[in-house]
Amino acid sequence: MGIISRGFSGRRSAAGVKLPPGQYLTTDFPVLSAGPTPRVSLDRWEFVIDDGTNVLRRWNWESFRDLPSETFTVDLHCVTRWSKLGTFWEGVSLDTMLADVKTDASHAMVRSYGDYTTNLPLNDLRNKQAWIAFRFDNKDLAPEHGGPARLLVPHLYLWKSAKWVRGITLMHLDKPGFWESLGYHIYGDPWREQRYSGDE
Amino acid sequence: MWHLGTVISLHDETATARTITLEVSDWPGHVAGQHVDVRLTASDGYSAVRSYSIASAPNSEKRVELTVERLPDGEVSPYLTQQIAVSDQLELRGPIGGWFVWRTQQTEPIQLVAGGSGIVPLMAMIRSRVLARSTAPFQLLYSVREPGAVLYREELQALSDQDHSLDLTYAYTRVAPKDWPRPAGRIDAALIANTTWPSKLVPTCYVCGPTSFVESASRLLIASGNDPEKIRTERFGPTGERQ
Repeated sequence: MGIISRGFSGRRSAAGVKLPPGQYLTTDFPVLSAGPTPRVSLDRWEFVIDDGTNVLRRWNWESFRDLPSETFTVDLHCVTRWSKLGTFWEGVSLDTMLADVKTDASHAMVRSYGDYTTNLPLNDLRNKQAWIAFRFDNKDLAPEHGGPARLLVPHLYLWKSAKWVRGITLMHLDKPGFWESLGYHIYGDPWREQRYSGDE
Repeated sequence: MWHLGTVISLHDETATARTITLEVSDWPGHVAGQHVDVRLTASDGYSAVRSYSIASAPNSEKRVELTVERLPDGEVSPYLTQQIAVSDQLELRGPIGGWFVWRTQQTEPIQLVAGGSGIVPLMAMIRSRVLARSTAPFQLLYSVREPGAVLYREELQALSDQDHSLDLTYAYTRVAPKDWPRPAGRIDAALIANTTWPSKLVPTCYVCGPTSFVESASRLLIASGNDPEKIRTERFGPTGERQ
């Protein structure tokens, strides 16, 4: 326990809500990004899975939207300490997008319009826990929240859920992405409070 | 991991914003633009943490200044702006962030664009420039609700009076002073064109403020010819309590 802040009582979150350590509940949807919001038109949008040398899969918006999609409700945890519970999305599961990809890669670098990148183990993109989402709350995803489409990997801090995604590069070694090179944790599990590099 | 800071002075900047100067004996040093996490702990062990931008330039005195804007429904900012007293102790983690920073080695023109309390990390950059005797040309466009909400007014004025490579423009969104050349209103294309660096000088732009402000300011900067890759942003939402 830290030193007591004289006279501070604080505001507890509602009973029964379990949040990751150090998080507080919010009901709105704050926006955090490192640069301007890219405007990506649907007719030039594409999504590519590659292995660093060869293109393995490629979709344009039309062929991407022809993939079977699903709706899902997930909790979001941002490293800046807000959590938002029960958010409702529609997207394509990465299990679907990776289904025909034969690879022995261990990690992935997710790439965005606007040159953002974030890294994670390939297993974290599989097994029904990651989506390329294009609708939020029954509406097309707004540009400031990552539209036309963003990654959602809600079991990791939200910076891993790259906005404005354009592709995934499969890798045999882990490599830091944008925030991971600037002092944030390489993996980012909110339940283990892996916020910054140096955290456990 | 957590540093212990002692409050050595408090200064009310406006009716709702206060600067807290802390002495942190094991402070590792910081770069202008970085922030810290501040942790408050109640007597039963409950704790709350929020991020605040550092207002002070990197210095050798182990001092860290935070300027905190009080949010009406905030959990931490009312305590920091109303309750805390000199000689109280605060726990800090940081400095954090390696992107929204200005380093004294940078020599290119710098365009700072602040919305409201988004001025805080930009002030650290201005102070860092002065302390390092940098000659990098700086311009600040500071959009603020009304004259009474301006932070650091006298210091900014003094700095720009004595140094012509620090240029200062205020834009008032709700209430402008009497005889102010521009009527109160949000920033627009004409203001960006007239008061920021021409894009051909390839300035690095730092934009900080509420999300809607950052969205429109960075869109206007791009529309006037700036490369999106030269624009760095820091946004704070209503619940972010991020200054």
